[in-house]
Amino acid sequence: MSNTHFIIQVKNLTKQFGTFTAVDHITFEVERGEIFGFLGANGAGKTTAMRMLCGLSYPTSGSGTVAGFDVVKEGEKIKRHIGYMSQRFSLYDDLTVMENMELFGGIYGVKSRKLKERATALLQKLDFFEERDTMVSALPLGWKQKLAFAVATLHRPEIVFLDEPTGGVDPITRRQFWEMIYQAANEGTTIFVTTHYMDEAEYCNRISMMVDGKIKALDTPTNLKKSFNAASMDEVFRILARDAQRGD
Amino acid sequence: MIGFLKFVKKETLHILRDSRTMLIALLMPVVQILLFGFAISTEVNNVNVAVVVPKWDEQIRQSINKLSSNPYITYKGAIAEHEIDRNLRSGRVDAIVVFAHDFDRLMTQWKQNGNGNAAMQFIMDASNTNTAQAGAGYLNNILAGELMQSNSLVETHMLFNPQMKSAFNFVPGIMGMIFILICAMLTSVAIVREKETGTMDVLLVSPVRPLTIILAKMTPYFILSCINLTTILLLARFVLGIPMSGNLSSIIVVSLVYLLLSLSLGLLISTIAKQQIVALLISAAVMIMPIVMLSGMMFPVENMPAVLKPVSAIVPARWYIDAMRKLLIQGASFGLILKDFLILVGMTLALLAIALKNFKDKLE
Amino acid sequence: MDTSTLAIEVNGISKSYGTVKALDKVSLDVRRGEIFGLIGPDGAGKTTLYKILVTLLNADEGSARVDGLDIVKDYRNIRSRVGYMPGKFSLYPDLTIEENMEFFATLFGVTVEQNYDLVAPIYKQIEPFKKRRAGRLSGGMKQKLALSCALIHKPSVLFLDEPTTGVDAVSRSEFWDMLHNLREQELSILVSTPYMDEASRCDRIALCNTGHILDIDSPKHMVEKFDGKLYGIKARDMYGLLKNLREDNSITNCYTAGEFHHLLAGAGFDADKLKQNLVAQGHSDVEIKPIVPDIEDVFIKLLSNE
Repeated sequence: MSNTHFIIQVKNLTKQFGTFTAVDHITFEVERGEIFGFLGANGAGKTTAMRMLCGLSYPTSGSGTVAGFDVVKEGEKIKRHIGYMSQRFSLYDDLTVMENMELFGGIYGVKSRKLKERATALLQKLDFFEERDTMVSALPLGWKQKLAFAVATLHRPEIVFLDEPTGGVDPITRRQFWEMIYQAANEGTTIFVTTHYMDEAEYCNRISMMVDGKIKALDTPTNLKKSFNAASMDEVFRILARDAQRGD
Repeated sequence: MIGFLKFVKKETLHILRDSRTMLIALLMPVVQILLFGFAISTEVNNVNVAVVVPKWDEQIRQSINKLSSNPYITYKGAIAEHEIDRNLRSGRVDAIVVFAHDFDRLMTQWKQNGNGNAAMQFIMDASNTNTAQAGAGYLNNILAGELMQSNSLVETHMLFNPQMKSAFNFVPGIMGMIFILICAMLTSVAIVREKETGTMDVLLVSPVRPLTIILAKMTPYFILSCINLTTILLLARFVLGIPMSGNLSSIIVVSLVYLLLSLSLGLLISTIAKQQIVALLISAAVMIMPIVMLSGMMFPVENMPAVLKPVSAIVPARWYIDAMRKLLIQGASFGLILKDFLILVGMTLALLAIALKNFKDKLE
Repeated sequence: MDTSTLAIEVNGISKSYGTVKALDKVSLDVRRGEIFGLIGPDGAGKTTLYKILVTLLNADEGSARVDGLDIVKDYRNIRSRVGYMPGKFSLYPDLTIEENMEFFATLFGVTVEQNYDLVAPIYKQIEPFKKRRAGRLSGGMKQKLALSCALIHKPSVLFLDEPTTGVDAVSRSEFWDMLHNLREQELSILVSTPYMDEASRCDRIALCNTGHILDIDSPKHMVEKFDGKLYGIKARDMYGLLKNLREDNSITNCYTAGEFHHLLAGAGFDADKLKQNLVAQGHSDVEIKPIVPDIEDVFIKLLSNE
């Protein structure tokens, strides 16, 4: 077991739907405390791969561990030890800020005394304690996203999966959001993030690029730009995805 | 006009490609008619009858013969007086006829004078009131009918539905419900679906008039309903054997008005609902329930409490079902359903007016 | 007919939903034949402005003209002259590509053949799949079909509400190429996007946020008039770096921006001195360089000034 250094370690992970191979033998590692960008064109298989890593779907073949648990046999354990946040669903609009925190903390089995303490601390850190009884529906989108991230880390997971967390958010909030990510990473949490903003790729320590179910490139943004002789990540992405056969 | 036909073609494609919904829409009337016609039946068949005979004689033998040969009665034989309770409780019999000790003498007296003391007693299991009442009725007819007739005091004829077949009663009710379901529910859902997918925005931002959009949406559902009307009438005539003694063109005219009414209702719902699920709920809660409970389909309007009677008057299906009953079963002439017809026409116009007024070519 | 050189004129349009002010006295002009970008995050009021301009919604106050016609009085005429592609996928998923095209042509009383030349460059890319149902197309193909459908009646003004949201970078880039080809056909285009990096593909842009317009200009000029010196800075510990930079009084603003943090120099800023300080604070691999601002930097500066 080498999971002391790597929080994600997968080998030849594959998912087939009938004759269609959504994820085609991907092999990679994610180091502890790293911000890992998981990029790809529409339909490249990102979502399917992420679902397998989160224990939501069984791989057709291949093996691997996430947070020390087997992706094939221990899906339920993985779910309890990771944080997950997506742009589509994050918080309940008809519950208050605090009620959402209590709900999600409870789901992940955080004891209620500890939960109160942590929630209060998190909200204070976000400068948001005054709004604890505000209905989530009344918050601006940017705040919702920051709050959703706080909720996803309430149970102190070792790794957080973020599925396009910053879609449609204004640039200032987006930067504040990334600051939160940096902070979490600084405290040792591993961040696994997908995004459509290519400039956001540059925030990551390392990036993988998926094209047609395969990982076509994996390196630091600086090295990727260098090896593809590109000025920006956007260009790198276009070079790699240009020959993609699939759409979503 | 060409534009309109293209519109109708598009709506038809939507329906044809959603084969599951279309199948349900076409099969539902058939299934309901067959279900109500055969499986579910409120008529009472096979009343199990036993007799208690203190002293056998020829008169009693004749009466028992009449009983056992009647198709609605299953004769279970003679029992002793102390067995009455046990037989009824165990459910072996539904009714027991207890003949008087001097049955022969009493009957003769009745035949001569037309009055006298009771010659027999019917003991009914009334835990199901429907069976008990019907059973008592049969027994009365079979055993005492001869007496009554001979004196011509009361003469009962079951007109229009001499066998009291319940299917006769249900067919108009099913028609009232099916057309609301298909026209109102499916139409409203189809319109609201376009709001949900955002295509309604694009339709509104085109030069096409809202009325065109609506009429084109309604046309295929109207045609679908006409197919259903034909199916129902054919099934009613040839499978259930309903006489349809009324004028066929009257039946069709009234039904077409009711179809338009249902379509207008669907349109009205679509102007209120923003999601398909809301449209479905409104259709089910606001239309199906009142139709079943208040239209006279299940429970006669005459029996309703005074508060509910005016409510039932605003349920369109009540008038349609009433008219269909008169036309299909009684063979009434158009003049006799004129009131129902006019009320339906009035309701259609009112609903259509409200619906069109509510259907705006802007979003608010 | 108004022969004005403006495709769209918006004068002080406001719109509220309950207590939420979606648009607050918005004014802008779109010239004929230009690609005008409405750039801002969700909640900026972009979609509301679109719905008002394509005559689906009435504004609470203010007036606007589209193709020279008043949006209230002449709304019926406007409807036959604009092409509208709403943010949501707005085609019939159960109809084929061909059927969708034909239907939208009929809607405007034209045939596909009539205006085939206009849509051909886009439509040809998806025509080989014309028997496929729209619901089974990829994101990029759906987008092409939606654009073809919005163009089929040869509108004079094209309204595209977030056409590239949720689409990957390659398809997005292709989409902008298509818009540039259309501009050659003398079409005026109002396009909105939450992706700031797409601003450079527009002739002029309006930066907007929570119902206000922050500034209107060409993207190039908007960047040129950025007053203040912007630096990029990085070190091994990016998060600690940010904290230390915030403590420095000679820095007006600093924020994350990817590989480098961006910092806006204030009075008394000295890059070399800063580097020395940071190294003294224990940072390693410190790199600092002047950089050219991009639209996001402009946006952030405008927002912080408010």
